[in-house]
This record gives sequence, structure tokens and C-alpha cells, in this order.
Amino acid sequence: MVRAIGRQVLAALDFTGDQILLLVASAGYIVRGRVGLRRVLRQMAITGTDSLPIVTTTLFLVGMAWGWHTATYMVRFGAADYFGGGTALAIARELGPALCGVVVAARVGSAFAAELGTMTVTEQVDALRALAVSPVRHLVLPRLIACVTVLPILTIVADASGLLGAFFLSTHFGVSSGAYISSIQQLLDPIDLYGGIAKTIVFGLIIALVGCRQGLRATGGAAGVGRATVSAVVLSIVLIYAANFILTAAIFGA
Amino acid sequence: MSMTSTAPPIQIEQLTYAVDGRPILDSVGLTVQQGEIFAVMGRSGTGKTTLLRLIMGLARPTSGQIRVNGVDITGLPERDLDELRKDMGMVFQSAALFDSLTVGENVAFPLVEHRRLPESDLAERVSDLLEMVDMAGTEPLMPAQLSGGMRKRVAVARALALEPHIILYDEPTAGLDPISATASDELIRRLRDTTGVTSVIVSHDVQSLRRVSDRAAVLHNGRFLVVGPMAEFAASQDPAVVQFLSGSPEGPMSGPYQPD
Repeated sequence: MVRAIGRQVLAALDFTGDQILLLVASAGYIVRGRVGLRRVLRQMAITGTDSLPIVTTTLFLVGMAWGWHTATYMVRFGAADYFGGGTALAIARELGPALCGVVVAARVGSAFAAELGTMTVTEQVDALRALAVSPVRHLVLPRLIACVTVLPILTIVADASGLLGAFFLSTHFGVSSGAYISSIQQLLDPIDLYGGIAKTIVFGLIIALVGCRQGLRATGGAAGVGRATVSAVVLSIVLIYAANFILTAAIFGA
Repeated sequence: MSMTSTAPPIQIEQLTYAVDGRPILDSVGLTVQQGEIFAVMGRSGTGKTTLLRLIMGLARPTSGQIRVNGVDITGLPERDLDELRKDMGMVFQSAALFDSLTVGENVAFPLVEHRRLPESDLAERVSDLLEMVDMAGTEPLMPAQLSGGMRKRVAVARALALEPHIILYDEPTAGLDPISATASDELIRRLRDTTGVTSVIVSHDVQSLRRVSDRAAVLHNGRFLVVGPMAEFAASQDPAVVQFLSGSPEGPMSGPYQPD
């Protein structure tokens, strides 16, 4: 029992240590200006175009579901004029960033782990090192920069899509379109929008670091790549929710 | 760098590599001379590949010294290792070509990363390298379209791109038909004869190593049993050496299966 707990603690420390090492190494290359711009742009294109459809669909549907419940009650209690503002707050602060993070973790983090995992178990990562090319610079850094820059942009699009979904539904439940828009203008502060987007920078960091680390640590052939991929998604989603709670308290708590 | 230029390309002393306390390599010593083709033989799973990974700095030894061109690499940070690795090439057992790149892009990869060449010079250099390994004109193919032997040839071309003074081959003839294996041996010798590259081969292919190696060592239980020209091995009284060379299932090298 004690040994089992000890192993878990060691694994957690090992995991954390790896993340810090990857982050420090990546930061080192950025500071020394050794960033392969073409590879970064390629990863940004892949990350963005891969995620855009699923992110907008997710938020549109969540916005509609949210509208179904919330609009019904708010109209019943005579608060229909505040529905737009409430929706905008919920989406900008929480739903947009958190759902975007989770969806991109599933869509892109899994791809990172699978691709780097396959390269690891087929000796391609060792081949890189043997050719005096750092796997961190060549593989991790472009993905890290791509995630950190693309996720905030995706979140803005997703926020808009969520608002549209809620708008579309609520007009059928007795919320006037004019009131919807004016209450957004009235209740939504810039800090709500920027705070939510700032959170996604941290989520992007988590997705890229966890996905790449699990891939680079893959062992044991195809099954090992499968394990790396699953663990990358599970770990990054849990970490995103945890980070979301802490960041919400830090940004909006005051 | 006058001191390093006279030092042997590879010098290993008291090298131990242990996994979970079990030594894979047990205080091994070895010096490979300039331009030599040195072979390390042994049964599968005896740590031959580990030895190459240690020389390349892909794994770190438990104890002991590895000097490449006179520089002790055992405590060297990754960035300094990279400088030395530009003077070494490694041909992996699986070839380890980048499967998302074409043959030409694979061979060009180290040049693109480390040399600033104009596009036309790059294409010419890649074409020369592929011709050197009898794979001329295969630039547009994907690795998946090649046979195992062809993939290994492309891997040799990629390993030679930076004109290293040391090249390491991991099981170059494994999985090849006898004719391709002989061609591979000829390639290894020809490259040494034309470029003077110091070569280390690990393999269990006794026939092939007789043809290709200048000197060889037999690795068993983490130690070298004999080191010298293979012609002298016939005189060895060591029962393990006798068993390995004859391929007999009976002898000290046989035993219960030990997982890696």
C-alpha cells in the first residue's frame, strides 16, 4: 500500500519534472531566437483548422442548451432583459475558454501524443538526436507556440458561436433580440472577455506540454502509443479544469 | 584541437550500463582506431545496440568513460553532444527514416538543419549521397515505398550527409536477403575505403562480419570474451566463442530466456 502510494507520488513528480524541463528548454530556444518559423506556422495552421469546426459546433450547441434552460426561467421570472448579458458573462468567463480547452485537448493534444509517440517507438526521435537536432526545438517548440497562440483566437470565435446559439434559441422563448444585444453591452466588461482569453493561454500550454511529453515518453509499440494518447487527453483535461478553477478565482475572484 | 586529432576516434574504458541494478554492459573496454571497421558480435539482447546508443550519447552510462575524438562524452550536456554528433552518423536497425518526408528530404534533413546551402547545391549533394549508396534517382519516393534493404541504404546516405568521421551501424544485415546482405557489406567497406570513415558495426551475422570487419569482439554477459581479427577467433578455446561462431544450440551462451 505504502509502496503503491510512493510509486504514484514518484510518477507525479516525474511528470511535473518533465513538464518543467520541457518548458524551460522551450523557453531557452525562444530566448535565443532559435525558433523554426515555418514549422510554427505549419503547426498553427494544423491546430487552427483541425479545431475550428468542432470548437464552433460545440459552443453553438452548448449556447442553445444553455438558452433553453436559462431563457425559460428568466422569462418566467420577468428577467428576460438580462438574459443576453448573463449568457455573455457565462460564455466569456467560463464556457468558451473551458470547453475550447477541452475540445482542443481531445482534438489536438491526442494528435501530438500519437504523432510524437509513433516517432519515439520507431526510433525517429533518436534519429533526430543522432543528427544533432533537438527534439524539443524541432517537435515540441512549434506545437507549444501554436497551441498558445491559436487557442485564444479559437476561443474568440467560439465565444461568438456560443452567443449566436443562445441568441437563436432564446428568441423562440420570448427574449427580444434588441434586449439580448443591449444587455450584453450593458453587463459584459472587457475584463470578462480578456480574462477568459487569458485563461486559454495557460490551457494551450497544458495541452502542448502534456501531449508532447506523453508522446516522447511512449514505450512498447502500438499499444504504448495508444496508452500515451489516452493519458495525454485524460491528464490535460483534468489539468485544464483544475487550472480553470484556480485562474477563475485569481482573475474574477477580486 | 591538436590533441583530439591524434586521439583514437572511439575509446571506451570501464564502461558499465545497468538497468534496475542488472548490468547490461559490465566494465567494458574498447579502442577503435582511425579508419577501422570494428564489429561487436553477440546474441540478440546482449546490449550491442545499447553500446552504440552510449557512444552516440543517446543513453548515459552508469559508470565509466566514453571518449569520442578524445572528448569524454559521459557528462557532456546535450548541446555539446550535438557538436560531436555532427561528426558521427548512426544507421538504426529499423533505418528510422522520417516517414512523413520523402527519401530526398530525409537525406537533405541534416544539411538543411546544419549547413546553409543554396537550393541547387543541396539537390546536387543529396543526389550524390544517394548515388553513393546505389539509390540514385529515388528522391521523390516515400520511405514506405521502399524495401527494408533500400531503407537502410537511404539511412546510410542520411548518416553520411554531414561527412562524419565515425559511423555506427546497428544490425546492417538484419532482415536482408543474402544478396542484399552481401551488397550491404560491400557498401560498408567501400565507404570506408573511399572516405576513411571509422566504422562500428553491431550484428549477430557471423558470415557478414567475416567479410566486412577488420577486428571484432564477442559480447557475452556484459563482457567482451575475445577482441581481435576474426580469423584468429578460430583458435579461441573459449567455449562461448566456439558456440557462437558455430551457431550450436548447446553451450554456455544458451540458457533460460532472460527478458531485457
